[in-house]
Amino acid sequence: MSEPMVKVRDVRKSYNGIEVLKGVDLSVARGEVTCLIGPSGSGKSTLLRCINHLEKHDSGELRVDGELVGYEARNGKLYELTDKRVCENRSRIGMVFQRFNLFQHLSVLDNVTIGQMKVRGASREDANKKARELLARVGLQDKEKNYPSQLSGGQQQRVAIARALAMDPKLMLFDEPTSALDPELVGEVLEVMKDLAKSGMTMIVVTHEIGFAREVANTVYFLDGGIIEESGDPRTILVTPTSERLKNFLSKVL
Amino acid sequence: MTTHGDDSIKVVPVRHYGQWVSVAVLGLLLAMLAHTLFFRVASAKITCKVANAATSCHHVMVWRYSWNVVGHYFFTSEILHGLRITLELTVIAMVIGIVLGLLVAVMRMSRNRVLSTVAFVYTWFFRGTPVFVQLFFWSFLGAVYPRLTIGIPFSHITYVHINVNTSFTIFDACALGLGLNEGAYMSEIARAGLISVDEGQIEAATSLGMTRRQTLRLVTIPQAMRVIIPPTGNEVISMLKTTSLASAVGLIELLGAATNIYSANYEIIPLLIVASLWYLVVTTILSIGQFYLERRFARGALRTPPPTPIQRLRGDVRGVASKFRTRRGVEVPA
Repeated sequence: MSEPMVKVRDVRKSYNGIEVLKGVDLSVARGEVTCLIGPSGSGKSTLLRCINHLEKHDSGELRVDGELVGYEARNGKLYELTDKRVCENRSRIGMVFQRFNLFQHLSVLDNVTIGQMKVRGASREDANKKARELLARVGLQDKEKNYPSQLSGGQQQRVAIARALAMDPKLMLFDEPTSALDPELVGEVLEVMKDLAKSGMTMIVVTHEIGFAREVANTVYFLDGGIIEESGDPRTILVTPTSERLKNFLSKVL
Repeated sequence: MTTHGDDSIKVVPVRHYGQWVSVAVLGLLLAMLAHTLFFRVASAKITCKVANAATSCHHVMVWRYSWNVVGHYFFTSEILHGLRITLELTVIAMVIGIVLGLLVAVMRMSRNRVLSTVAFVYTWFFRGTPVFVQLFFWSFLGAVYPRLTIGIPFSHITYVHINVNTSFTIFDACALGLGLNEGAYMSEIARAGLISVDEGQIEAATSLGMTRRQTLRLVTIPQAMRVIIPPTGNEVISMLKTTSLASAVGLIELLGAATNIYSANYEIIPLLIVASLWYLVVTTILSIGQFYLERRFARGALRTPPPTPIQRLRGDVRGVASKFRTRRGVEVPA
């Protein structure tokens, strides 16, 4: 097996003296789906945001595709990367947010093309072509002229997935992608994510959808209080959890 | 409630008698206003006519507001020239103000403490001193700095030499003074717009790999415009009239031109009306422009944009027409 897509070793992060991540270790193999579950405030989202450097971790080692996130190791020292380099690396990691965060002032099509054109320097024709393919893939080919505010939550989240995919990411991060959706709209977003998993995309998903984790994930990590309490194959740890905390958590969410 | 032969039930709307009374009172007041504005009154001047060996005398009838004088001066070259100066000054001062305001707002929100402090001090100073004083300072710049040289401080090395008295005109001074003052106010308006944009928008742009500059230009500013435009429209209209301060330092703009004329012929009120009517005309045009600009930048923020006045008028006409049609018993398509 080649080296993992994401390697996290003893990562720590504090906000105003409160430690949110207390030494987290995690490894995500290429083409695998990893789910992070845990109660709110357990540090799941923070960990995810550290992986694409939206947050700076305080210490520990964090590698994506073999490269350190946000730093460069030279002569035994860590050098902070320039903004430009950080942006370059970040553009290869797709992120999907809980509140969709589609650009409100742009049409659906423009939401999917803006990154390709402004970050990758693609031409308008190429960007449009690719955007239309991706919109068809998430089942929204007829909505390209609409503005985000005219779409349902589920549709907006699917556009957000298409927007992230347009950057040809090698890794996709999902931060509670279905938590802000009405119950009947959750299914359509999970469907798109399942398809994506089948196509071999490496994915890290912070979620409360235990059913999704059990069905799709290769590995599940249970975080609580800034540490990984338990991890392993979802069919094992979600069915016969060993730690008291995971048992407790599952009894509340299932 | 009465039921007809068919099962339809007639709806009797609530009668708003209070509205009718207030409309009547308002109508009366408007009639009084129109009367005092547009009806002639007898003046102290008397003319006499001789007809059929009999002399008949009567008072000359005049307009209270001397509309004939207003009409006479409305398009004179002096007034039109003043109007042009006013418009040029407004445009240039606002361009300086908007560009500076946006720049200072971005500086103010920068993580760099030096930039944010400089921005804060600029806003503090230019908002904190009267614009009148600022105009005087810039127009007397030549007295303080007859020659402007740019070089390295505390050394004899200089690069640029400018003779302020000849190359920095009174118009330049006014445009610069008003623009710098406006920039301070605009920076707060722009800042309000920038902080109104949801942080999630910035995170989304960042996660696509946009640099901070790209995020600002492509995501934050376009969305901030929706919040920035209405108060900016207000500022433009306010600036239009603030330019009249320029006459205090000797630049003859619209109000200055009117003042010049009435100080010679004492037709004070008519000439102030001339200037005011011109300000109203320009303000009206600016308000229309603002409406369409707001609509343009509201794209995506509202599910259905508000109708333009023309669309609304068309809707009203259609509404009234359909009312007549239903009265004649024709079905109205829903």
